Amino acid sequence: MSDDLIRLSAADLASKLASGEVSSVEATKAHLDRIASVDKDVHAFLHVSEAALQTAAEIDAKRKAGEKLGPLAGVPIAIKDVLCTSDMPSTSGSKILEGWVPPYDATVVAKLRAADLVPLGKTNMDEFAMGSSTEFSAYGPTHNPWNLDRIPGGSGGGSAAAVAAFEAPLALGSDTGGSIRQPGAVTGTVGVKPTYGSVSRYGAIALASSLDQVGPVSRTVLDSALLHDVIKGHDKRDSTSLRDEWPSFADAATAGLAPGSLQGVKIGIVKELNGDGFQQGVKARFADAVALLTSAGAEIVEVSAPSFEYAISAYYLILPAEASSNLAKFDSVRFGLRVNPEGGGTVEQVMSATREQGFGPEVKRRIILGTYALSAGYYDAYYGSAQKVRTLVQRDFARMFDEVDILLSPSAPTTAFPIGEKIDDPLAMYLNDLTTIPANLAGIPGMSIPMGLADEDGLPTGIQLMAPAREDARLYTYGAALEQLFEQSWGHTLISKAPSLSASEQSAATEGVV
Amino acid sequence: MAARPELMDYDKALEMFEPVVGFEVHVELSTKTKMFSDAPNEFGGEPNTNITPVDLGLPGSLPVVNGQAVKYAISLGLALGCSIAPTSRFARKNYFYPDLAKNYQISQSDEPIAFEGSVEVEMPDGTLFTVPVERAHMEEDAGKLTHVGGSTGRIQGAEYSLVDYNRAGVPLVEIVTHPIIGAEHLAPELGAAYVETIRDIVRGLGISEAKMERGNLRCDANISLRPRGQEKLGTRTETKNVNSFRAVERAIRYEIQRQAAILAAGGSITQETRHWHEDTGRTSAGRPKSDADDYRYFPEPDLLPVEPSLELIDELRAALPESPAVMRTRLKAEWGFTDLEFQDVKNAGLLGEIVETVSAGSSPQAARKWWTGEIARLANAAGPEVEASSLVTPQQVAELITLIDSGELTDRLARQVLEGVIAGEGSPSEVVEKRGLKVVSDDGALIAAIDDALAAQPDVLAKIRDGKVQAAGAVIGAVMKAMKGQADAARVRELVLERAQA
Amino acid sequence: MPDPRRGPNRLGAMSEITREQVEHLAGLARIALTPDEIEKLTGELGHIVDSIAKVQEVAGQDVPATSHPIPLSNVFRDDVVGETLTQEQALAGAPEHDGSRFKVSAILGEEQ
Ligand SMILES: [Mg+2]
Ligand SMILES: [Zn+2]
Repeated sequence: MSDDLIRLSAADLASKLASGEVSSVEATKAHLDRIASVDKDVHAFLHVSEAALQTAAEIDAKRKAGEKLGPLAGVPIAIKDVLCTSDMPSTSGSKILEGWVPPYDATVVAKLRAADLVPLGKTNMDEFAMGSSTEFSAYGPTHNPWNLDRIPGGSGGGSAAAVAAFEAPLALGSDTGGSIRQPGAVTGTVGVKPTYGSVSRYGAIALASSLDQVGPVSRTVLDSALLHDVIKGHDKRDSTSLRDEWPSFADAATAGLAPGSLQGVKIGIVKELNGDGFQQGVKARFADAVALLTSAGAEIVEVSAPSFEYAISAYYLILPAEASSNLAKFDSVRFGLRVNPEGGGTVEQVMSATREQGFGPEVKRRIILGTYALSAGYYDAYYGSAQKVRTLVQRDFARMFDEVDILLSPSAPTTAFPIGEKIDDPLAMYLNDLTTIPANLAGIPGMSIPMGLADEDGLPTGIQLMAPAREDARLYTYGAALEQLFEQSWGHTLISKAPSLSASEQSAATEGVV
Repeated sequence: MAARPELMDYDKALEMFEPVVGFEVHVELSTKTKMFSDAPNEFGGEPNTNITPVDLGLPGSLPVVNGQAVKYAISLGLALGCSIAPTSRFARKNYFYPDLAKNYQISQSDEPIAFEGSVEVEMPDGTLFTVPVERAHMEEDAGKLTHVGGSTGRIQGAEYSLVDYNRAGVPLVEIVTHPIIGAEHLAPELGAAYVETIRDIVRGLGISEAKMERGNLRCDANISLRPRGQEKLGTRTETKNVNSFRAVERAIRYEIQRQAAILAAGGSITQETRHWHEDTGRTSAGRPKSDADDYRYFPEPDLLPVEPSLELIDELRAALPESPAVMRTRLKAEWGFTDLEFQDVKNAGLLGEIVETVSAGSSPQAARKWWTGEIARLANAAGPEVEASSLVTPQQVAELITLIDSGELTDRLARQVLEGVIAGEGSPSEVVEKRGLKVVSDDGALIAAIDDALAAQPDVLAKIRDGKVQAAGAVIGAVMKAMKGQADAARVRELVLERAQA
Repeated sequence: MPDPRRGPNRLGAMSEITREQVEHLAGLARIALTPDEIEKLTGELGHIVDSIAKVQEVAGQDVPATSHPIPLSNVFRDDVVGETLTQEQALAGAPEHDGSRFKVSAILGEEQ
């Protein structure tokens, strides 16, 4: 019974909750049990909530009392540790915030609570969301449920792994350059980076303010849509928050399941996002996907975005620059770690010692890089130029979207690589975000859905859909349609092929490729 | 202890060098909430209570611009004769300091909301001097540090410091002038008059309490000297937080004398901040400008451009009060005061009180006489902190003057009434009633008292009858005494002369 | 004020990162890097900067800068007081305080 519960989609679980067939306490308990049994190996969670069962019981009581509840009421959810939670530590994966409990909830967390979801705990991540593998977490890496020796992607490896390992049906992530979509690709799950400004950033510990966006992580497109419906909308505490009225994304996803929903849809294949350096198995699955879409009546065109060649460089200037400033607040005065140098010292020395010990290597690397990019004499050449590239990337998108309804690319150039493989090679690590970065620079929405397993390693690949700014609904419609096409062609969901992580199969999984 | 620096005689310094000054004035806006958070914008209070996560720079918190502060900044820009930028932007000024919660200050760097204006400043001799304004930009204040341990309470020698973030995020407008050339030997006086003019402007706009002693208005004074005939500006020093008009004047004079002595001896000026010491009347060296001052400005990604509509700008322009310079010229003409009288009122800071007293029905001269006379005297007697305007309202003064004009009070009685009003006994009429201070205007009662007094002093009566009119004083005194002062002395005199001839 | 020392683009010549530069940057960023870290970062930064300096190739004079992905302007808040933190909440996460204020060790430098 409890094993069935954890394998349900959020939508299916929600309907069982609504009908009274299952209680939220049962569902929550099933997921807490799963966490207890597999998270030693997966390490998706940094903190498991002590209040989850209590919260679930309260929601069950509300339902019993006949209160009108939201569509996801009673469904458990995992929360990326980048988000502030007033009842759980919020560390952003860093030692410098170890044990810090904020005096407030992030707006998205408050929305989850208001919609009666059940927070299960906080998920692991690269420190301050800097990384593509979750290896830069100060609390140790998360392991990919498909192969525990492999990375789960990053920075939101914890959220993706939690969902892939059936520790939670849903999770929240944050995506600055691909941190929702790339982990989705390498764990065989779904992740969405919404239009910049459509989901509040208030209470999301900032990495790069002009790029960060909170979004849903799930195992199905509909589940992401349902979660996106909960967290979207204007927030007066975030100046960059859009005032748009958003359509129901769940309705948009449902519309995609109708027969012929892909008929005549113009789909652009971005030439620059599928070239050399992409793993063979990724390219093969992508070709399969294009063939499937063609057979479903979609019109495929190749489009080109010449500026994308410069996008990753612009990103690695804008992100460190903004991050170097955003992370200045970690100074040991008002919160977090304080390290006193031996024999005492001035406040300047205390700050420097704290930041030396409290930050990991990738954080220091990016702060120094960002400080350089902004410093006198270099600003125009680096930060200034990067912002111009951003304009060019936007222009490329605008031109392509004049021609097509939606853009497609692989979500990541490779499948999950072995833990430790790229940790000492920052440039190689940075290339993981090649496909996802342009959407962040332009502020447009992007989605990753499972695209099948690569032949050479049997690991998941992902396909990325991108839509014009404010057209997140298109992602859900075409994403749901494509997900249905894939599953019809495979005869099963991709995630159903993931190792069960039960005691017997676990050892097999750790031995290598399944 | 450093040796007392050598100072050059002021007149000699001016002979050799031309002084160039410039000012950065920070004005705290009196909005209800802070610049970027909805915490109350309040002075004092229990430490660390007027704060939100934004003011503490807590992880995840985000700034949102106070629309009222933007309107105030535009009004101030317009009052300074500035152009209002169609687009202005906030930027981050990055530097680490414990009073700066985020370790960056949100300010406007390249794109201020107001730029290129000028302020007419009235010099002590009554002439106007035009101060060129480079820009006025919005930014946020920092928290307050208290240095503990050591003897001075200053930063040097302190063992530790305490931080209160109540002031963090208070909205500021910083007004920056261009280098001001041509004030010559009046440069110190210009400084004081400029800051005073800024105070009057922001008070007139009602956008700041503008109390220098409370730090609502803070002035940094830049001073440099250049040898006569040289084109290039000299190296400047920036004297920080000179917090009274008088201090601005003294600090500029001091820096001119100090820099002149160094330059004349072949030395050079270090570009640095300097601190003003009110007690000793000197400045001391602060932080040198160096390569380490790399603020790494970049556009604040959490905030959006400010693009005021022309309609809004026009609306705010139409609502501007008269500028202090124009208002003074007008009032001087309307009131008919002498230069000296007007200067007195201005220096006493009583222009506004007199305006209101006159509009409540008083004559300008009577209003001037009472405010700069008896009321100022009482304020003085009450202590150095007490301002005349805090004792009585212009409406009360106007009522008092009306009672005098109608003959119901003598000046002497009016002074007693004033004391009653200040003591909280009520309005002037109420005090007259309660204390029974009305002038006796009943001739019958006066004549009876005069006849009694004349009868009691037959020698005086004889003298008056002999034409020695000045002798009447003794009788008048006796009558006034009998009437307990509640008689009009002039009327008594008339009646005494009349009765003596009877 | 615009920084007068912000020099013109020095295309090409600036990707050579020196040890001293990294030391200076670490000072600005208030991180007490060890000599080993400085050594390592000097090399890595040089590599990274070389590979990302290409942004200058396409950043022509005629291309405007984009600082916000979705253009908005005039986002203002009403001047109305909201909820504040209690003193206890404010100090709860502080490494050190005196009961009402945050406590830091002696300050060397001057205010800015
Ligand atoms: Mg200044
Ligand atoms: Zn300032």
